[in-house]
This record gives sequence, structure tokens and C-alpha cells, in this order.
Amino acid sequence: MNPTLAAAGMALTVLVTIGLAAYSSRLARTTGDFYVASRSVPAWWNASAISGEYLSAASFLGVAGLIMAGGADAVWFPVGYAVGYVLLLALVAAPLRRSGAYTLPDFCEARLRSSKVRLIASALVVLIGWLYVLPQLQGAGLALQILLDTPTWVGGLLVSITVLVVIVGGGMRSVTLVQGFQYWLKVVAIMVPVLFLLAAWRADASPSALTDAPPVFDDRTTVRIENPITVNVSEQLTLEAEGTVDGATVAGSLTWQPGQHTVADGTTLVFPAGATVPHLSSVPQLTGAGWGQPLQSGEEHTLYRTFALMFALFLGTMGLPHVLVRFYTNPDGRAARRTALVVIGLVGLFYLAPSVYGMLGRLYAPELLLTGRTDAVVLLLPQAAVGGLAGQWLTALVAAGAAAAFLATATGLTVTVAGVLSQDVVSKRVRDPIVSFRIAAAAAVLVPLLLGLVAESLPLARAVSLAFAVAAATFSPLLLLGIWWPKLTDAGAAAGLLLGGVMATAAIAISTLVPDLAGWPGALLSQPAAWAMPAALATMVGVSLRTAHRITPGVDRIMIRLHTPEAVAVQRTWTARGLR
Amino acid sequence: MDAWVLALAAIAGAIVLGVLIARWVRGRARMGTESQMATYRTLHIASLAAPALRGGLTEAGTARSVKYLRGLLGVPALAITDRFSTLAWDGIGDKQREFAVQHAEAALDSGSPVVINAEQARDVSEMFRSGIAAPLTSDDVVIGALVAYSNLPAGPALMRAVEEVATFTSGQLDLAELDRTRARSAEAEVRVLRAQISPHFIFNSLTAIASFVRTDPDRARDLLLDFAEFTRYSFRSHGRYTALADELRSVEQYLLLEQARFGDRLQVRLRVDPEVLSVRIPFLCIQPLVENAVRHGLEGRDAQGTVSITAIERGPECWISVEDDGVGNDPQVIRRSLSGEPGDHVGLANVDERLRQAFGDDHGLVVETAPMAGTKVTMRIPKFAEAVSDE
Repeated sequence: MNPTLAAAGMALTVLVTIGLAAYSSRLARTTGDFYVASRSVPAWWNASAISGEYLSAASFLGVAGLIMAGGADAVWFPVGYAVGYVLLLALVAAPLRRSGAYTLPDFCEARLRSSKVRLIASALVVLIGWLYVLPQLQGAGLALQILLDTPTWVGGLLVSITVLVVIVGGGMRSVTLVQGFQYWLKVVAIMVPVLFLLAAWRADASPSALTDAPPVFDDRTTVRIENPITVNVSEQLTLEAEGTVDGATVAGSLTWQPGQHTVADGTTLVFPAGATVPHLSSVPQLTGAGWGQPLQSGEEHTLYRTFALMFALFLGTMGLPHVLVRFYTNPDGRAARRTALVVIGLVGLFYLAPSVYGMLGRLYAPELLLTGRTDAVVLLLPQAAVGGLAGQWLTALVAAGAAAAFLATATGLTVTVAGVLSQDVVSKRVRDPIVSFRIAAAAAVLVPLLLGLVAESLPLARAVSLAFAVAAATFSPLLLLGIWWPKLTDAGAAAGLLLGGVMATAAIAISTLVPDLAGWPGALLSQPAAWAMPAALATMVGVSLRTAHRITPGVDRIMIRLHTPEAVAVQRTWTARGLR
Repeated sequence: MDAWVLALAAIAGAIVLGVLIARWVRGRARMGTESQMATYRTLHIASLAAPALRGGLTEAGTARSVKYLRGLLGVPALAITDRFSTLAWDGIGDKQREFAVQHAEAALDSGSPVVINAEQARDVSEMFRSGIAAPLTSDDVVIGALVAYSNLPAGPALMRAVEEVATFTSGQLDLAELDRTRARSAEAEVRVLRAQISPHFIFNSLTAIASFVRTDPDRARDLLLDFAEFTRYSFRSHGRYTALADELRSVEQYLLLEQARFGDRLQVRLRVDPEVLSVRIPFLCIQPLVENAVRHGLEGRDAQGTVSITAIERGPECWISVEDDGVGNDPQVIRRSLSGEPGDHVGLANVDERLRQAFGDDHGLVVETAPMAGTKVTMRIPKFAEAVSDE
């Protein structure tokens, strides 16, 4: 691998991002240009921006990694990430835009006229934002470690600094252009290598990934172990090792009996050609055929986990704060709907690629199943499968795409979190709006950065799905009821948000702190959306019915405003004249 | 083992939280002495009745509040009438509601409460033994009546209670009238603003257009269309808020007309982030600033003047500024005119006032100026404001 080229790819992405951000607002020097400058952003470009902000490190790196390790079950990740927009389009996009809300707390204020619910929503936005930024920083750490061999904290720190410079420097003024550009960069960066990879695979006589055997090393393979691991060995295996294996120092040949073996960090393992790949204990051992089938991962209650994951992703998307703020750029509800429709297409296009990386990864980079670092498959596969100079250039391209992925999402989230923090917390104490926003931006970046230093790294896509679970258990019932049920009261919304938020967060905290929970508790706590969302929904309905006297005054007017298509000419001026 | 303990702990925590929330929602009123409870109950019911009345004496508003008012009195039937018909009825005898306005006639004429005798009350329902009709007033004019029926003989207690509730209701109707007056005065203010831009500008524009009619008829035609568009926007009669994009469109037409007059002497620059084009701003809050900038930017000098308009995105806000490089001004003069003294900058004070009304006192205009140093006027518009979403 050529680290210089990969580093150059990433650096270029950063520079182009900063450059575009600084020069992207529209400038008109004559009155003739005014017309062009004040035309609203077209739906397809706005959709590119939303997709650009949405496709995070989890999508770019993590999905392929999960598919490589988990097979058919993991395909629900890209499906879910895209399907969420169908619900968003059908149920939320247009009414939310017509409400005039910029952030989710704004929506609470517009719909429920309650500053208390607004505060709860603000807290949840910050929580979801931090949960979501955390894996972006870890993804950056992973990418830099793999490409440039830096310690894992370096990547997160660099991304945090870049994001802060861009936001605090006032450069991130015109997000739409930057994020739209980053979407297309990501599509190119993941799709072009796919073409080369498939060509290389054809040239290699199209080996099937769906054989009845577990993955094997095609060639003699050297693997350096960076973190201490425990691996499962399925059949007797002779290898060479240098370092500490099963607690003993070894240098030279070694035979592994079937069962578990531990390898200390710093150890180098050399596997002969044709050896079956030992799997990290947390990665399911699957034959090619099993990998291609659903529900084969061997985890307990796989069916529940799969449905709960779908629940979290389908419903969570509508509650992602950084996605919703981008819909504000649309001039009206109709345009918001059109934008959401295009997003489905754009996001869907992108998610065609990760499955290819996942499948080819099992053939050409099986050692990742041993180290467990399948998140790296997108970065390593071009070199492993294509190789040569082409491989180096393709690696630089995916590196640039990965940089775009964690920068775009981290920036978007930080802007959103900082906006909410400065509006609802900091500005109460700091009068100057610029200073207040900067303090908030620093807090928005620093907290996940520090968390990332202490938190154990989960697979990226799974870490992000936790943020989705919190969004699904809180904002999705709020939006669904708030938009479609006039009887929702502020007390009902507050109770549901608190209950859903606390349950989902507690479940996530417990399942991350105690990773080897077994049985139903393990399954329920690691995928909380399927029970926390219905519970929050029921709480909102129940408490609202019990507090019917608190129904928002003038709720009919609000509902008319939310649901009347722009084409219908209603009298929109609700002044005293309208009421007389 | 550990797994189950943790799971049970989590479930127990969730249940405790749920119970706490339920108690919080239901039980806040349970605390306190009997008299505190009674006060709370009465005021709470009154506060529920109040919002619906703030729209004035309408059928919809009275229909929503009448059940709460009946709750205050504890009578079996309560009606609200205006001078000519029964507007709302709650309780027994809904079918006979037209009697209420007949029974209220005496109260409507005299302006003081009257007792309805047993015979009249029986017309409504066999159960009723008496009734009270009390007048409702707004600005000291009788506009309707509150008619309560009781299944007990009339007594001074009921009389006093109905009178008090009628007074409370009248108070709300007065507030409704105040709301209407306030809305009317805000509308009048916008009208004043429209009246302000017109005279000079219309005259100047028309003479400028006239000067092109022979030399450049096409341009004259375009300018006339711009003029037509500009006036249609400025004189539109609905809505106190408008999208930034629409206001900018109007500013463009305004500047085209000014350029017809000043030619190359007037240079313009516009810098706008497309994200903020859909922000809703008070109607005509940029145009007067641009007009000021053109006037002060070119006034009293032959050199070129540049007017710059920027609208940038700053997180949850949009910052709009209008800047000229003209003669500038003494900050004291600006301060005085912003505080309402009549002078050369009436437009400025008006915009400032309306921004504060819509977005709160920390969202007024910020003016940076000094003699010979140009003027920059900045406003911060929140992307979401309750006042705007309420319109």
C-alpha cells in the first residue's frame, strides 16, 4: 500500500470541502444576476446534499464490513437506511416543512406550544447527535490507522479539528453545495472501485463466495495482530507465529487444535495457502452457503434481532435531527416531498455497492474475519483484489470517499447539535450570538471526541444503529402523532419522549457495558427499538387521552397549516379578520 | 445470571420512571389545603374557558367555552346569546335553545341582570324552577347575555355567581377587542410604510422611465413591468410575513428602477446563501433599508456608490445586512431615530419595531455607522419563530 497517495486523497477531500464552504454562497454583482442568486435550490441538488450528509462512515465503511461478517442478515442495514426515507416521504416530509420548523425542538414548539417539551426535544437532539458523531470519529480513527498506521485516536482528533475550523471559522455557511458535492464524491469513490473489483473477479474466473466451505486463505498470508484477540478454530491448523499465543511465547511453527485460542497484540501469524480462516470469537463462523442465507449467524433470537433492527432503521430515519434540518432549504412542502423522493433514489444507488465489497471481501481479504476489523474491507479490498498501481489509485479514491463520509456527517451533526445547544442552553448565559454558537460548537465536538477515547469500539454500522434506535423510540412517535393526531398533548409528548429516551438509552448503555448478555435480555437490550418505540407511542397516546384538557389551543389551525397542500388557496392570514 | 439481574434492574427502573411520570401528570393538583384546591379548580376551569373567548363573541368560541362556564356555576343548563340569537348551549334542554335569547331580552335592554321566573323556565324543561340572565359587555356596550337555568328557586347566591361569571366573560371579550385593535394597528403600520415608499419613489421612477420612452422603448417597457411588479408586491394586502426570496425579488425590481435613474453611479452587490431563501421575514423589512442605503450612499456626492446586501446562514439563524459606502451618519442621530423620534430615518425605526415585535427584543436592528464611513444595518432572523408559524 502507498500511504502517501491515500493521505493525499483524504487531504484533497478536506481541502476541497473547506474551499467550497468558503466560496459557495451566491454572489451577484449586477441586478441582472439577482434573479439567479435568489432562486431556490433545485430538489435534486437538495436531495444530493441530504444524501451527502446522511451517508456516514457507517454507510461507507461499516455496512460492507457487517455484510462481510454477517451475510444476508446484514443486508437489512442498507435496506433499512434507505427505506426510512419512504416513511419520511409519506408521513413526515411535507407537513414538517409546512410547520415552518427548522429543528425538531422547533416542531415541538410549533405543534404543542410548549417550552418544556422543546427542552426535552433539545436534550434528545444533543444525545442522538453525540451518539451519531461518536462512530464517525472512530471510523476516522480506523481509516487512518489502516491507511497511515497512526494510533486510533489521531483520526478522530483530526476530524474534530477540521469540523471545528470549518464551523467556527464561519466557513460552513453554505452547506448545501458542500454536502451535495460530497454525496457525488462518495458515489464515485465507492462505485468506480466496484467496477474494477468486478473486472478483477471476472479475470480470476469468478470464484463463488457461496461455496459449502468456510473461507480459506488463497495464498500464504501474513497477519499482524494489533489488539489482543480470541479466535475460534474449526479444524486442525498448522501455522507459523512470532509473539505470544495462548499465553506462551512462540517463534516458529505451531499447530492449533479445534477450539478457542488467544493471540496477544504485536504477534505475527503466517498462514499457509489453503488454510481455513480462524474467526474472531464475536464473528459468526459461516460457510459460504450459510453466509448467503438469512438467520444463520448463530446469535440467539436472530429473528427478533432482525425485525427489531428493521424497526429501528425504518422509523429512526425520520427522527434524525441533522437530516430534518436540511429539509428547511426546500421552499415548501411539495418541494420537500420531491426532495425526499429523490433521496430514496440517490441513497439506494449508493447502497448497491457495499454488498459487492462484502462478498469479494470474503474471497480476497479473509484475514479481516480473523482480526475482526471487517469495517476496513472497503479500504483494503482494492489493494487486495486489484493490486498494483491501479490498486493504489483506487485505495486513494476510497480513502477520499471515506474522508468525505465522516466529514460530511460529523459536520452536519455538529452544526445541528451546536445550533440547538446555543439556542436552548448557551445563549441563556452568553449574550453575544457568535460567541454562544462557538462555545456550543466546541461542546458538540469535544464530548463525542472524549467519549471515543474511553468507549469500546463497536462495528460502525451497529454503533450508528443505536442512534437510530433512540431516534425511533423518541422522535418517530412524536412526529407521527404530532402530525397525524390532533389530540396529542404536551404532557403526552413529554412523557413519551422521556420514557422512550430513557428506555432506549438505558438499554444501549447496558448492552454496551455488558457485551456478553445472553438470551432474551441480550437480544432485547441490544435492539431496543422494537419495544421502546411502541412503549413510547402508547405512553404518548395514553397520557394525552388522560390530559385531554391540555390539547393545544388552536390545534385545528395548526393541523390545517400542516396538511393543506400549497396548491390549495386557503386564507393563510389567520388574523382577527379571519376569526370574525 | 448477571444478565437477568441487569435486565430486571432495567425493567424495574423503567416501571419506576413510568409510575413517576404518571403521578407527576395526574397528581400535581392533589397537594394543598381544601381552599387552595378550590381556588385552583375554579381558576383552572376559568383558564380553560378563556382562550376560546379571545376570538370574540362567536358561535365557535362560545361553543367551546360554554361547558367550562357551566362548570364554574354548577347549574344544569347555561346559554350564551348575542343580541339576536342563542349562540351556544350546554346542559339540559338543548332543543329549546331559542328560548334563551327571549329570556335574555330584558337583560339585554336594561344592561343589568334579571331573574327568569319559574313559568318561563319551565318552557325550557320541566325540571327548571328559575333562571338568571346577565348581560355581557364589551367596551361598556351590551353585546350579549349569559343565561343560566336552575332547578332550585332563584336566590341571591346564584344571582351573584352568574353576575361574576358574566363579568369575567366580559373581561375576556374586552381582551378580544384589544387583540383586534392591536392587529389592526399592526396592519395600519404596514400600510403607513407602504404609503411612505410611494410618493418620491413613484415620481422618480416614472420620470426615469419617461426619459427612456423615446431613446430606448424596450428598456422603458421592461422598467414599467418592473414598476408594476414592484407596486403589486408592496401594496399586497395579505400576510405580515414573506419569504426572503420574495422580498429579494422586490428589492431587485426596486434597484432596477433606481439604476434607471442613477445609471452607473449606483453599484449593487448581493451575496446570499441559498439555504436561507425560504426564511420568513416581516413583509417589507429589507426594502426600506435598501432605500435608505441608496439615498445615503449616493446623496450629496458625484462619485459611485455601492449598496451591498448579504443574507448568510448562521446555524439556526439567518443574518441579513444592507450596507452602503456613502456619507455615513452620526451614531447619535441613528440612536435617536431608532428610539422613535421623527426624522430622516422613519423607515429604520419602523423595521426595528416590527422585528422586535415578531422575534423579541434581542432581534432589533444593529446599525454600524460613523460620519464618512458608510452605514451597515444588520438583522438576525431566526429560521423558526412562533409568531411567524402562528400566522
